[in-house]
Amino acid sequence: MIAFLVQRLFQAVLVMLAVALIAFALFNYVGDPINSMVGQDTSVTERERLRQDLGLNDSFVVQFARFVGRAARGEFGLSYQQARPVGQIILEKVPATIELSFLAATLALVIGVPMGIYTGLHRRSWLSELLLAFSLIGVSLPTFLIGILLILVFSVGLGWLPSFGRGSVVQFGWWSSGLLTFEGWRAIIMPAVTLSLFQMTLIMRLVRAEMIEVLRTDYIKFARARGLTNRAVNFGHALKNTLVPVITIAGLQLGSIIAFAIITETVFQWPGMGLMFIQAVTFVDIPVMAAYLVLVGFFFVVINLVVDLLYHVVDPRLRVDRDRIGVG
Amino acid sequence: MTNRLRRISQYGLSAIIGILVLGSCAEAKTFRWANDGDANSMDPYARLETFLLAFDMSMYEPLLRRNREMKLEPGLAIEWRQTDPTTWRFKLREGVKFHDGSAFTADDVVFSFDRATHPGSNIGNPLSTVKEVKKIDDYTVDFITKTPDPILSYNLPVVAIMSKKWCEEHNATRAADLTKNEESYATRNANGTGPFVLKERQPDVRTVLVKNPNWWGLKEEPIELDEVVFSRIENASTRVAALLSGELDMVYTVPPQDTDRITKTSGMRIWQTSELRTIFLGMDQSRDELLESNIKGKNPFKDKRVRQAFYQAVDEDAIKAKVMRGFAHVTALMVGPGVNGYDPALDKRYPYDPAAGKRLLDEAGYPNGLEVGFDCPNDRYVNDAAVCQAVVAMLARIGVKANLLAQTRAKYFGKINPPRFETSFYLLGWTPATYDALDALRALAATRGPGSSDGAYNIGGYSNPQLDELTQKIQVELDSEKRNELIDRGLALLKEDFAYIPLHQQVVVWATRDNVDLAQTGDNFFQLRFVKLK
Repeated sequence: MIAFLVQRLFQAVLVMLAVALIAFALFNYVGDPINSMVGQDTSVTERERLRQDLGLNDSFVVQFARFVGRAARGEFGLSYQQARPVGQIILEKVPATIELSFLAATLALVIGVPMGIYTGLHRRSWLSELLLAFSLIGVSLPTFLIGILLILVFSVGLGWLPSFGRGSVVQFGWWSSGLLTFEGWRAIIMPAVTLSLFQMTLIMRLVRAEMIEVLRTDYIKFARARGLTNRAVNFGHALKNTLVPVITIAGLQLGSIIAFAIITETVFQWPGMGLMFIQAVTFVDIPVMAAYLVLVGFFFVVINLVVDLLYHVVDPRLRVDRDRIGVG
Repeated sequence: MTNRLRRISQYGLSAIIGILVLGSCAEAKTFRWANDGDANSMDPYARLETFLLAFDMSMYEPLLRRNREMKLEPGLAIEWRQTDPTTWRFKLREGVKFHDGSAFTADDVVFSFDRATHPGSNIGNPLSTVKEVKKIDDYTVDFITKTPDPILSYNLPVVAIMSKKWCEEHNATRAADLTKNEESYATRNANGTGPFVLKERQPDVRTVLVKNPNWWGLKEEPIELDEVVFSRIENASTRVAALLSGELDMVYTVPPQDTDRITKTSGMRIWQTSELRTIFLGMDQSRDELLESNIKGKNPFKDKRVRQAFYQAVDEDAIKAKVMRGFAHVTALMVGPGVNGYDPALDKRYPYDPAAGKRLLDEAGYPNGLEVGFDCPNDRYVNDAAVCQAVVAMLARIGVKANLLAQTRAKYFGKINPPRFETSFYLLGWTPATYDALDALRALAATRGPGSSDGAYNIGGYSNPQLDELTQKIQVELDSEKRNELIDRGLALLKEDFAYIPLHQQVVVWATRDNVDLAQTGDNFFQLRFVKLK
């Protein structure tokens, strides 16, 4: 088990170096940061001095080496835009994104899985048809459109929910939470629903398809023949066997919820990392972009690791195989 | 059913609003506003940028500030005059206190000049003519300039005065240095003399200011707002939605496509005025062969007839009506109304005449037209890419094929900006930072050369010794009437030479609820001290 973890960590480092390299190579194409940093009246010599000071005149290899060296020590430099340490900026933004993503993922699971089970078991009921029709909307409408529609209805039309921001937050050390105040909950509803809609419908369709598949297999027939109750067959045997792919997808989707909260965060001005990244791109704020991409790479690696470990819990065969080969 | 629901929700909403309104009357007047960008730093020397400066200037103050008509008026200095050609003497206001309670004196002015002109500060350029600032006594300072500078005072409204004591106490005697991994105290804290005090700062999210009860100007100019909450809302639709839903009192940057909708909503108001920024087209007149063209071995733009042909092919009235939806001031000059030196008599465009343009191209030796690269930003000015597309279509009528490259500003400026000047034909906007035409003449039209700050944005490399001589004269002419005459000649010369193709001045558009009163100026410099809530 420990060897497995170590092997995974080693892979993680490689993945992250690759992410950093690709990200860094991309930065050559995003434009000239100096121009966003100074006004039109700044003289050419001043611009040149700034470029020199920031090391932008060094070769790609030197810049990359310097970045990796610093990043390994947890230093990402100062944001060009805000003149504040990038690490500090990210720490401020992480709580907002994590709270939003986890709430969205929870919504997606808590609503998506039961909907999937229901539509899988009662394929011909009118409610199933309705849920499937609804899921089409979730899959096909782009996120920003859903967000704007929600704002139009619930903020501009009805005036129930705030259209932007996090409401009021409570500070615990460096973590700021919006989940402890009424205002905070009011503010998180629309972004969380918007963000979860796609995942929710995806999970629902996945669970449904897997359920239908599994219910057709022989062991379910035998289980029924043995006279087990519907409940035991459906949930004890069928559902459990549908879960492996669901966990894989849900895990990977959690990663993409975090990474792709960008659009939702932009629409609702949710002060998280996605919004920070978009702002950094328009400003050519290289230190922030680099740190963000590395961090998202890190999230994906961690989530994949957790998913791998969960397989072991859910599927005993994997445990046996690994132990026999001696890798795990 | 839905009707009933709506009615119930409306009652509920009006009850809530009623409670809020009653509550706010009894308590404090809060003004909530938003912009697409944040004021990135509370340090007024962080960047020479209108929004940041305007924001920070509600906490800090300059020696001279601008009033509702953009005219200079006393700020921290009460009197100023030139005692000799290279000396400006300022009499400072007495009894002014910084927010931390310390007194404002000449030492703070000397310190501020020093801080503003050292590395880390980006507002050194407006002070580039100043050699030193001398303290005469506690409330008198002299600005000694390297050469006579008749318009030094025009530059001062962008230079905030900071407290020497406070900066020293907090290790912030230099503006933030981006090459170090530490934040400057002044980036997130503020200690000025201005009408508002910084209460809360969450960068990129929320900034809260409260009224300064000890402000020196309160007697003549009562401040109505007790609290100001600024939020950054990047997405244009969300920003407008927040205004319409009553969560905001004002939106600073209004997307042109939403102005109609806001006007039609009751209780909302659109504010507009002509901006100081001039949008124009420039042509490379310096290279012997254009970088991006099918004409080899020579540069067609060196021929005045070609420049005139391009000029007359552009139908600016159509651009104003169709692309800008009327939100533009058609211009024939490189400076607009509100800039010192602007002359309405000169501001008449040559007629739109594609037939004449075609003929001029023929005469110049391009009967089959020509092909040229065309650089354009797509996120810098109002509808910039759309303006460029319109220009491409118009030029096609005289046989010119302009290959448009519209890209994001970071890429665009990286290509065309000094020292590369890698463009043949481009669209640019320019605001004279001093609100004076000399700034535009020097930056855009004076001959550029290595080591000279003249012609820094003369990207097309236009060069005319006559104009250079005029700019030299304007720079040192102390008599304002003579000076304006010289400026007039300079502007006329640019027009006759077809040095540029001026298009329009944009219109500043702000939106508020209709209970808000404020002072909108063409420099887009939003001053909180003028805001009143009815």
